Amino acid sequence: MPPAIVIPEEIELIDSGSGGGNGGRIPVPRRPGDGGGNDDDGGLRGGSAAVPQRAYMTGMTVALAGILMFFMALVSAYIVRKGFPNGGWQPLEPPRILWLNTVLLLASSATIVMARRKLEDRDDAGFRHWWRVTTALGLLFLAGQLLAWRELVHAGVYLSSNPSSSFFYLFTAAHGLHLLGGLIALIAVDRMRHPRHLTLGTASEVAAVYWHFMDGLWVFLFLLLIVGR
Amino acid sequence: MSSQAHAAPHVGAAPTGFVRKYIFSVDHKVIGIQYYLLALTAVAVGIFLSVLMRLHLAWPTLHLPGFVGGLMTPEQYLSLVTMHGTIMIFFVLTTAPQSGFGNYFLPIQIGAPDMAFPVINMMSFWVTFVAFVFMVGAFFVPGGAPLGGWTNYPPLSGLGEVTGPGEGMGETFWLISISLFCLASLMGALNFIATTIDLRAPGMSLMRMPLTVWAWLVTAILGLLAFGVLLAAGILLLLDRGAGTSFFIPAGLVVSDTVQNHSGGSPLLWQHLFWFFGHPEVYIAILPGMGVASHVLSTFSRKPVFGYKAMVYALCGIGFLGFMVWGHHMFVSGMSPYSGLAFSFLTLAIGVPSAIKTFNWLGTLWGGRIQFTTPMLYALGFVSLFVSGGLSGIFLAQPAVDLYLHDTYFVVAHFHLIMGVAAIFGIFSATYFWFPKMFGRMMNDTLGRLHFWITFIGVYCIFMPMHFIGIVGHPRRYADSTGVNYLATPLLHHVHVFMTVAAIVTAIAQLLFFFNFFWSLKFGAKASQNPWLATTLEWTIPSPPPHDNFGGNYPSVYRGPYEFSVPGAQDDFIPQNLTPAQAGQAR
Repeated sequence: MPPAIVIPEEIELIDSGSGGGNGGRIPVPRRPGDGGGNDDDGGLRGGSAAVPQRAYMTGMTVALAGILMFFMALVSAYIVRKGFPNGGWQPLEPPRILWLNTVLLLASSATIVMARRKLEDRDDAGFRHWWRVTTALGLLFLAGQLLAWRELVHAGVYLSSNPSSSFFYLFTAAHGLHLLGGLIALIAVDRMRHPRHLTLGTASEVAAVYWHFMDGLWVFLFLLLIVGR
Repeated sequence: MSSQAHAAPHVGAAPTGFVRKYIFSVDHKVIGIQYYLLALTAVAVGIFLSVLMRLHLAWPTLHLPGFVGGLMTPEQYLSLVTMHGTIMIFFVLTTAPQSGFGNYFLPIQIGAPDMAFPVINMMSFWVTFVAFVFMVGAFFVPGGAPLGGWTNYPPLSGLGEVTGPGEGMGETFWLISISLFCLASLMGALNFIATTIDLRAPGMSLMRMPLTVWAWLVTAILGLLAFGVLLAAGILLLLDRGAGTSFFIPAGLVVSDTVQNHSGGSPLLWQHLFWFFGHPEVYIAILPGMGVASHVLSTFSRKPVFGYKAMVYALCGIGFLGFMVWGHHMFVSGMSPYSGLAFSFLTLAIGVPSAIKTFNWLGTLWGGRIQFTTPMLYALGFVSLFVSGGLSGIFLAQPAVDLYLHDTYFVVAHFHLIMGVAAIFGIFSATYFWFPKMFGRMMNDTLGRLHFWITFIGVYCIFMPMHFIGIVGHPRRYADSTGVNYLATPLLHHVHVFMTVAAIVTAIAQLLFFFNFFWSLKFGAKASQNPWLATTLEWTIPSPPPHDNFGGNYPSVYRGPYEFSVPGAQDDFIPQNLTPAQAGQAR
């Protein structure tokens, strides 16, 4: 078996521009010979052993579609369950600390944008600064969610008290777990020292997209819990 | 830091240790085989359970080994129904054609060294494995396996032991297993989609992908959008069971003379969530088989697939419509007739892309130089079963007819032919077709043909009579119909005995397959690089393929996937990686 070959790839610290670099375009020549393939040497060359950086963004986009379906299933269950006649639904007043938490999370989306800008400006210290601010804001958000739970528990509102409280705990827990995953990703990106096939530029971009998505998802769920209670 | 960063190749040197190479491997080929062997284990369990059920249905008083007192209780029968359905649908029909063959051949057929995310791929298999352990483990917990059917409707599934022996720990194991399976399938789908989008070889445009790749891609999209919904439903049901919530359990429910402490939930909510997953799941099972059938029919007719683009659009159309017809599983749930009408029309609409596929398969065969190899026989069998099982679907798509037939054996016959046996024939066709590539040896053709004819005739003998006893009104899921007047005719008993004998013969015939499979691994004739003279990229590399698939020489693609009998070409097939000059075409 021949040894695996190392195909040098241009080192990509920063994506060109925002939002996906090459934007998920498929660099496939439509006609033979106008791309990697070479007619003269038998046509058996041109592919590569390396994963293109855009695959990570594709993977994240696909994963977010799956996550969105998961949450939409819960949301549709919420809407249907609330609408049942004789369903015993009692509206739940969301704890007020959620407003503060929401502001924290929105701010973290802004700071992660700052971090990405610093990275584009090749300002490594600035990148790390804003990246860690984002991580801290995320941690504060999660702590705030726990405080919200504590407030409800003190008021005697538990998971099984009412369908509205069941959904409240379920939404916050499911979102919190996903955000915890995002926090782990933020920390992992911060600790990347010797990137191999995943560059820092791609890793931070993919993590940022996930973070923004979780931010937007929370705003949606929060509005649902307030307006749709 | 960037100065030291080298973009490492995706696929490193081949691992040498046993554990890295065969157990916790990140090589898509090893993972594909692992999935396949898991499915083989599961199918053996599933067949065994079905034979037990058939024995009981033909001779309800027959003493069977392994049951207390030798007799099967109605609860035990229901747990066999549940576990047979669940194991077959999740761990065989979802696992083998998509995760097994898809894992092995999708990267090779698009000219990639591996999946986009090999570690996620490995995790996907091992989570599936743990899910299978939990599923089989349900047999061995106190109370035994659950009774709720593969659809697991509450309130039966939501209340715990009070509703039956298997509804305690066994049901919890079932839900944990299915939730894990959902997670694994989501990870798998993610990999399939990202790989197909971003790792194709130069020249491998979307409309040059083999139809197998298209089928795996559409299936992965269905899995991505469907399994998350089942996961959500599973979590809600676990909470109803364990945390005292009331998502699915109505108020004032009295079970075994005790009022259940729940309020205001609805079992119909589960049905909607479940079938929003469950109907796409049917296509998850059958679409890869369609891809394989197209691929094999073209290869052994020595003709291009008739209407390649129409086949692609039909696959996408079936996948799209598959998300809008879940209500046809719920016609008897008391839904509004207007909803029923909408679901009925959308269901009938699936007949259009299905007919496009069927006629294009026939068009592919028409005028071809047909070679009746074992994989070809199974592909033809697939088309036959797809038509037989599909036609009864048109009956059931109409609410007025479904109201009568829904809880009878007619439905059992329908879904076994179309999604059970047809998908299994797709798996068999793929196995006989790709075995030489996967293991470097040919399977025995004589044994293969014998296996085909017994299985083909056998499954029709099992499931055709089932339509008739369904039309007579024989209810499904019942352990025993003794004492039901209109079913107490000698003729109906003879039909049951006939089906049971057919099932036993067919089950025994599968030993031929198992023997052929394992015997050929060791003693089969050596396979050449391209024994079927086929065109796609997997046949341009050694059998079995090297660790990174292409030995460092990653291909470029110059043509479509089915260039058989091209006028003016030297051979009757042109591999996808040949340039026009190499193919000897005068152009």
